[in-house]
Order: sequence, then structure tokens, then C-alpha cells
Amino acid sequence: MLEQGIHFHPKLGTSDEEKVPIRKGYGQGLLEAGEKDRRVVALCADLTESTQTHLFRDRFPGRFVEMGIAEQSMASVASGMAAMGKIPFFTSYAMFSPGRNWEQIRTTICYNDVNVKIVGSHAGVSVGPDGGTHQALEDIAITRVIPRMTVIVPCDAEEARKATIAAADHDGPVYIRLQREETPLMTTDVSPFEIGKAQCLYRSSNPSVTIFACGAAVRTALTVAEELAGDIGVIVVNVPTVKPLDPTVCTYAEASGCTVTIEEHQRIGGLGSAVAEMISESCPMPVHRVGVDDRFGQSGTPEELIDHYGLSKEHLAEIVRVAAGGRGAR
Amino acid sequence: MEHLKDREVAIIERKANKIRISLIESLIEAGSGHTAGPLGMADVFATLYFSVLRYDPKNPLADDRDRVILSNGHICPVLYATMAHAGFFPTKELKTLRQFGSRLQGHPHREFLPGIETSSGPLGSGLSQAVGMALADRIDRPQSPVFFYCFMSDGELNCGQVWESVMLAGRDQPYNLIAVIDRNGIQIDGFTRDIMPLEPLQEKFESFNWHVINTDGHNVQEIHSAFGEAQSAHRPTVIIAHTVPGKGVPQFERDYRWHGTPPGKGPEDIVTKDKQGICALKQLRNLKGTIVSECE
Repeated sequence: MLEQGIHFHPKLGTSDEEKVPIRKGYGQGLLEAGEKDRRVVALCADLTESTQTHLFRDRFPGRFVEMGIAEQSMASVASGMAAMGKIPFFTSYAMFSPGRNWEQIRTTICYNDVNVKIVGSHAGVSVGPDGGTHQALEDIAITRVIPRMTVIVPCDAEEARKATIAAADHDGPVYIRLQREETPLMTTDVSPFEIGKAQCLYRSSNPSVTIFACGAAVRTALTVAEELAGDIGVIVVNVPTVKPLDPTVCTYAEASGCTVTIEEHQRIGGLGSAVAEMISESCPMPVHRVGVDDRFGQSGTPEELIDHYGLSKEHLAEIVRVAAGGRGAR
Repeated sequence: MEHLKDREVAIIERKANKIRISLIESLIEAGSGHTAGPLGMADVFATLYFSVLRYDPKNPLADDRDRVILSNGHICPVLYATMAHAGFFPTKELKTLRQFGSRLQGHPHREFLPGIETSSGPLGSGLSQAVGMALADRIDRPQSPVFFYCFMSDGELNCGQVWESVMLAGRDQPYNLIAVIDRNGIQIDGFTRDIMPLEPLQEKFESFNWHVINTDGHNVQEIHSAFGEAQSAHRPTVIIAHTVPGKGVPQFERDYRWHGTPPGKGPEDIVTKDKQGICALKQLRNLKGTIVSECE
């Protein structure tokens, strides 16, 4: 059953679901954050339209810095702007930022403790035909390991909009991970979002498995839960904040006694690892992590790649069945 | 800026030598750290803090203070010693350099010590931060009274990120950005001309639309004039300060092996380890507060 308090998008689950790229929500959210707080400034490394930063640039040209293809300098310029009281958001593809400029983010932003927001777009294999060089699958791992960093992976464009506004209000470094492809709108402007909070989206009356998901994989998890209804009871939890991880993860996990995670990221170091770390320390139980298994991406359509790397609803359903079965045998 | 009077030059030269003595003492106590760069930059730091920079050690976060961004964080012993002599903290605290719990971290940390603008150490990032500060300041204060002084080493210019920020400043022309390069010709593995030649350095910066000033990094009057020219240039300016690494201790001068070595741990071919600290302090005190310019 879909949870009532979430205020799902009215077209969710219908044949004409509304699909919007998650990054579009960022562009809109940045514009709103900029209107709300004049300290907000934006930087971009020659990808202004595809990261949707052009909305902010066109509205606030005096508060926008076009960096050119210079991600390392961009991180440190943002640090300097924050030192003067600004709230900088800097954006590129996740592969280049936080990929290329990790040390600058660590030293000049997090170690330096300045209020900067890092936004990595085009994350995951669903980038598609551009191929493995452009498919960031390690960005959650490398950002969440840095002290002081908050890591947010929105599930749809609306959540990305809210996350961007919340990041502007949050004092400290934040990484927001965005995906390129059109993703069904699941939430609405009245759906709850708070940094550090997970949300239960779906709950069977007698759950056997809890699925934790972030990003576009949340829609996959919901689909699987609904398709397995009547066969295997499932709880689906959306975890937009991977760090700090909401301690209620344990409550949701214990409600079923068996955990599955899914994300468009390496199995090492992402949401699955974060959930497994918390569960192993606070409420030990099996954790099955669905993600890219220590491999690089390649060219293809998003659908082909999601299937090839084991991130499809069919694959997730299979893992949930195995997990539920394993739990029964325990 | 007006020329310094002879008496003012003499005061700054004496400050510079006190800074040298203090930083040598702190390095001896620490047992690790960098010697050559800090000694070489003592005259530039003394001139900046005692005749150019706007700051209030009692109010280190004042909004209209000039900002000093130390991109080559490893020469912090000279910054710490200068700040102590300028009244930011007691000089006796210099003896805590690099020790557990000290405000004087091995590479500077903004949160530990008021008066430090940015935490630094990994080379190549400071100029970007300085450009970001200047651009952010310009949004609020088109006629800002603040100057942003970014110190870099010459070896640091190997880093690609430096040139990303040089290009950005060349385009956006922040008028109050002043970079200072410690052109001492050494880096850890050897002489810069052997490791990664930088010349023609002046032409490199000019081609990126920067104003370039060359100065003798041990001539107080000339350093002072360079800062004055940079302030009135109204465009991004780099002062290439030609310095002698290890300046003030003849046994250390121009020897790249003293880049990252403190007195007492250095090469023994001239002075034995146990005498290096005493030797350095004796040399400095014998100068009677006067460093003779290389150009004289």
C-alpha cells in the first residue's frame, strides 16, 4: 500500500506518468533559492544548459560565474566566494565534479569548512550513449567519506527542487547527485522532504523485505513492490539523504527483518554500503545490495544499460525473492 | 604609496630578522618543517605586514581587512612568526609549531588560528580561492577597499589548477587581486629549472592579461614599491619576488635540500646536525638586523 502522508503525484502508476529529468528540478530549485536569498551564487564549467544552471544565469547574471572547463579551480573559487559570505552552488557532470576535483573539495571546502554546494549531474549508467567515461558510479562513495559532507540523491525532479532549496538553507558542504534521464514524477510540492530524513513510500501489511533506494531507482523499487504484492510483502523506503543516514533505517529494516538496497552506483561505497554499515552496527540482519558490481559502464540506451548492469525491476524482483527466501530458511 | 623613509626601512629589516630568528627557533623546537622558503620570504612578509597590509590583530575578522591567502601553506612558519610579531598571538606560542593541540598546525588551518584566511597545504588551490573572494566581494562592493594577497611558490606553478585561475582572473580582471610568487628557484626534488622550467615567467602571465612586477625579494624599499604599484594597477597583478632560499643563513642559502628540512635534520656536508640550529641563529644574530640585498 502506498503511504498516505507522501502525497504522491496523481499520475504515478497510470499509463501517462509525467516524466521529467531530475536535473530540471535542480535548475528550478536553484532559481528559487536565488530569489529567496541573495547570497546564493552559481558557477558552472561549460555545461550551463545541460545542468540547467542557465535558468539562474539568465535571471541573476551578476551572481553567476562561467568557469570554462576548469572543475578543479571551480571548487576552490566557490570556496573563496563562500569565505566572503556567499552560498555558492557549482555544477558539472558528476564524473568531473566531484570526480576530477575531489581533493579541492576535500581541502578547500570541507577541511576549510565553508558553505558550498556541489551539484553533480549525469550520474549513473543511464547517461547512456556517452559511455563509461561519462557515467559516474563512484561519486556517492567519494563524497560521503569526507567529514562534514552531506550527500543527497533526489528520486525525482520535484525532490531535486526541494533538496536544492534545503541545501541553500543548510549551513555546510552538501553534494547533490542528479540524473540526466527523464524520470517519472513520484512526489509533489507537498510531499515531505527534509535533509537527513528517509521516507517510507510503500508498506505491505506483512512485510518480508525492506527495500531502501535512492535516485531514479526509487521508482524501480516501487514497481517491484507493487508487482510482488500478494506474493511477497515489501516495504519501500526512499533515502534521499545518504549522509547523514536517517537512523530510522533500522526501524524500517526490523519491520521486515531482511534488507535489499538499490542504487545506480557501484555496490561498493554507496547507499547500500551506508545502509549495511548502520544495520551491521545497530540491527544486524542480511543486506542484499543491488548496484553496479565493480565494473565500468559503456555505451547503450539507458534501458539496455540498466538491464545489463542488473538494475532493472526484473533483477530487483529476483533479488527480493532470493532475500525473502533466504530469510525464510534462516 | 609613498616611499619608505630610511628609518622605516631599518625598522622593517629588523622585524624581518626577528621573524627569521623566531621561525628558526620554532623549527628547531618542532623538529620538522620547511626552512628554505620561510627564510627566503621573511623580508616580503615583514614589508607586507609592517607597511602595506590593512589588519587589526585584535579584530582578525573585521569586514574590511585585507585578505592574505597562503597557497603555499608549507611556508607557514614565516606567516606564523610574522603574525606573532604583528600581535595576533604571543611569540612564545611559536614554540608549539606542529605539536599536538597547537594552533600552529603543520600546514595552516583556518579554524585553529584567527588571522588565517584559508586552510592550505596541497599546492595550486590558493589562487582560485583568492579569485573567488575577489569576485564575490565585487558583487557587493564594486569599489571595495579590500586587497586580496595570494602567496604562491614557484614550484607550485607546475600545478594545472594555477593556470585555470590565472585564466579566470585574466578574463574577469578583479582589480584588487595581488599574487606574490616566491621565485626562489627550488622545489623538493631540485632546482625548478631542472624539474620543470618556468621561464619565461613574466611573459606567461602577461599573455594571460596580468600585470607583472619583478622585485628583489630582499630589498624592503623595492618590495614596498612593488606592492604600491600593484595596488594602483587596477588589474590582476603578480609580483615575482626573486628570493634566495634560506636567506639569512649562508650555510642554507640556495641549497634545495633545505626546502623541507628543519635545522638539526639537514645535510651534514657543511654543518653537522647538532650545530645546525645554533649556527643558524648565530648567523642571523651576527647580521645585526640587516639583510643585505642581493641587488646591492
